[in-house]
Amino acid sequence: MNETTVIGLLIAVLEFGTLLYLAALGETIAEKSGVLNLGVEGMMAMGGVAAFWAGVETGNPWVALLVGVIAGALFSSIHGIVAVVMGADQVVSGLALTIGGLGLAAFLGQDLVVQPPGARFEATNLGPLNDIPWLGEVLFDQTAVTWIGLALGVVAWFVLTRTRVGLILRAVGESASAADSSGTSVVKTRMIAVMIGGALAGMSGAYLTLALAPGWSEGTTAGRGWIAVALVIFGAWQPGRVGVGALLFGGLLALEPRLQTFGVEISPILLSMLPYLLTIAVLVALSIRSRHRPSAAPAAIGQAYRREDR
Amino acid sequence: MSAPVLQMHNITKTFPGVLANDDVSFDVHAGEVHTLLGENGAGKSTLMKILFGLYQPDSGQILLRGQQANITSPTDAIEKRVGMVHQHFMLVPTLTVAENVALGLPSSRGLRTDLDAVSERIASISEQYGLSVDPGVEIWKLSVGERQRVEIIKALYRDAELLVLDEPTAVLTPQEVDDLFVILRQMTAADTAIIFISHKLHEVMELSDRITVLRNGRVTGHTTPAETSRQQLADLMVGREVKLAPDKPPVDLGLVRLKLRGVTVKGDRGTIAVDNVDLDVHAGEILGVAGVSGNGQRELAETIAGLRPAEAGSVQLDDTDLSKANPAQSRAAGLSYVPEERMKDGAVGEFDVSENLLLINHGEKRFLRNGLFNFDAIKSHCQQLVDDFAVKTPSLSTPTSSLSGGNIQKVIMARELESSPAVLVAAQPTRGVDIGAAEYIHSQLVKQRSDGVAIVMISEDLDEVLGLADRIAVMFEGRIVKIVDRENATKDQLGLAMAGAG
Repeated sequence: MNETTVIGLLIAVLEFGTLLYLAALGETIAEKSGVLNLGVEGMMAMGGVAAFWAGVETGNPWVALLVGVIAGALFSSIHGIVAVVMGADQVVSGLALTIGGLGLAAFLGQDLVVQPPGARFEATNLGPLNDIPWLGEVLFDQTAVTWIGLALGVVAWFVLTRTRVGLILRAVGESASAADSSGTSVVKTRMIAVMIGGALAGMSGAYLTLALAPGWSEGTTAGRGWIAVALVIFGAWQPGRVGVGALLFGGLLALEPRLQTFGVEISPILLSMLPYLLTIAVLVALSIRSRHRPSAAPAAIGQAYRREDR
Repeated sequence: MSAPVLQMHNITKTFPGVLANDDVSFDVHAGEVHTLLGENGAGKSTLMKILFGLYQPDSGQILLRGQQANITSPTDAIEKRVGMVHQHFMLVPTLTVAENVALGLPSSRGLRTDLDAVSERIASISEQYGLSVDPGVEIWKLSVGERQRVEIIKALYRDAELLVLDEPTAVLTPQEVDDLFVILRQMTAADTAIIFISHKLHEVMELSDRITVLRNGRVTGHTTPAETSRQQLADLMVGREVKLAPDKPPVDLGLVRLKLRGVTVKGDRGTIAVDNVDLDVHAGEILGVAGVSGNGQRELAETIAGLRPAEAGSVQLDDTDLSKANPAQSRAAGLSYVPEERMKDGAVGEFDVSENLLLINHGEKRFLRNGLFNFDAIKSHCQQLVDDFAVKTPSLSTPTSSLSGGNIQKVIMARELESSPAVLVAAQPTRGVDIGAAEYIHSQLVKQRSDGVAIVMISEDLDEVLGLADRIAVMFEGRIVKIVDRENATKDQLGLAMAGAG
């Protein structure tokens, strides 16, 4: 194992970490408001195909990224309308979003499969900074989207813990009836949170088709949306911890194709199970810790709220 | 006199199949406590949810300070200076007191929260009304009484001129109730109008300036404590003459049937919930176990019933050791158990009435024919029980969850008493049960006592304990801190023991 391959691995860790973090951060925000959205995979696919198409049409990666974000947000609003406004089962609606999103993206992207990318994000060029051994080579050989993801994580943390909006969001996710009685709109808050989640999943998909692996093919999301869902639990619904988890799980994704070249004889299929095994381990750890206190999960997650229920 | 703070005129509200409020009118003036008294399902909570904008009335109008008010959401209600302390607290457990109070309010720092300023104002409100609470602590760490204070602070923080308290005393110790009443009187002295919702007659008589009684969604009377009596109020609530205290014929004390020695039990959190408890329960007596919820009564009952293993000590029913018994063995030894959570541990909601009546003895020969259910025998058996226990149900095949709390409890009692037990453990036998059904359940307990059953009755309702028990044990933090004969027991002394000061 030489220096180049290690640096290559570390670069890939950050890349996969970005992919997972964007989607998981969005899901964290949605779940904090009490809405479980299992449609991450579908929203990523929709964002990815929309962004790739926009790239081909406009040639501008920023426009393409924006289109991916909007596509993800719009697609997630289906979940919002069905599960939040109409109060249907969140699990069923979310699964439908994943299955439907994957199918719809494949259908819409039929003609894009053969297309070369029209736009792509290149690694930032910070001149001499990029040449700093290790640090610069790994950290600055990333696209701007990675930095956007990091910034969004900080913003999400600040908003959740230090602002009125965050207080309302957390209250809605912990006890919708209490929030309602305090005069905040549960449906509006949850709808916005779900659409932010969709927007970030769309951004994650766009990052995939514009930067990480430019191009479009059916099934290109390859289950990463599900890892993002697991990551939210792993990170105990906190933007910072989710970020750490994103690097860890990103590392596993980066290792997968490289293991054999390193001469390690573990099946990559076994390795791909690791994120889920780790998530289960964290769930167990959390449940042991939280026997004497409320669980880290938003208490109202998965529950529709309707005022006149009785 | 100026216009009342609140007038509700001819409010009607229907839910599918239920007329929850039928032409209800009443008013409240500044500085008075107006009580809404009624059974569960009489429409008190519905009326208040209409006032708070959570439900919309089908017809009728609401006037605040003489002005027509259209309240469509809690935000509206809060803006119009109506505050509400819900029966189930509307607090977010993982947030702090200050965060809960600040929720939904504009912040002096714009988008960012201003919890320091909020905490300061909470402190000044706390001081003014004697509502001591730490603004920085998370709700889940507070006692029930403290949580209620937070709810009141929340309303006062929003400058409520009219405060609604929905069954505020249901969860409090007698001392906490006294404290609450002191606070409420300070508030009325400061010209706050208070609507007090309750079905506890002595509290209503003590606190109210005026009383409105509701039954089945209708107003059945407006009165004042000076003009009425507990008996009269109970009759108005139920719509017939009610016996508030059961007649207890004298019974000769029999042998000890249930004997507990050094019983120590762990609770759900792994901490000691029942701590070295000794008890003897004789045939023909009702031993009342009083205490504030969460002091080990539930765990004690579950241990006797074989649902929760004891860490140490022995449970003996006659000559049978039940320390390590499972529920089937306990029942075989002659124990019956009416659990506290009737819908969780006592009955299967989706099952129909006959299935719930058969839940423990469905394996008996008399219900079987060739190894299959003999539905004729089952039907006549269940019909007999329903008739004997006056269960009000449309049919034997009605889903149990659609019955009222009182009738579900009668189904459970019928099932548990059918086997003529030696020992009966009844936890909170009449909690959430209307007066009529409670009266019946009490009469059944007294009848079992006359038949020589040894009864352990666990209750948080001191009036119930004082009305039924022959001896009273008070539990506090897992220990029996006091055992007295009924003749020597006073409410004050028991209340102190319940608070750990006896």
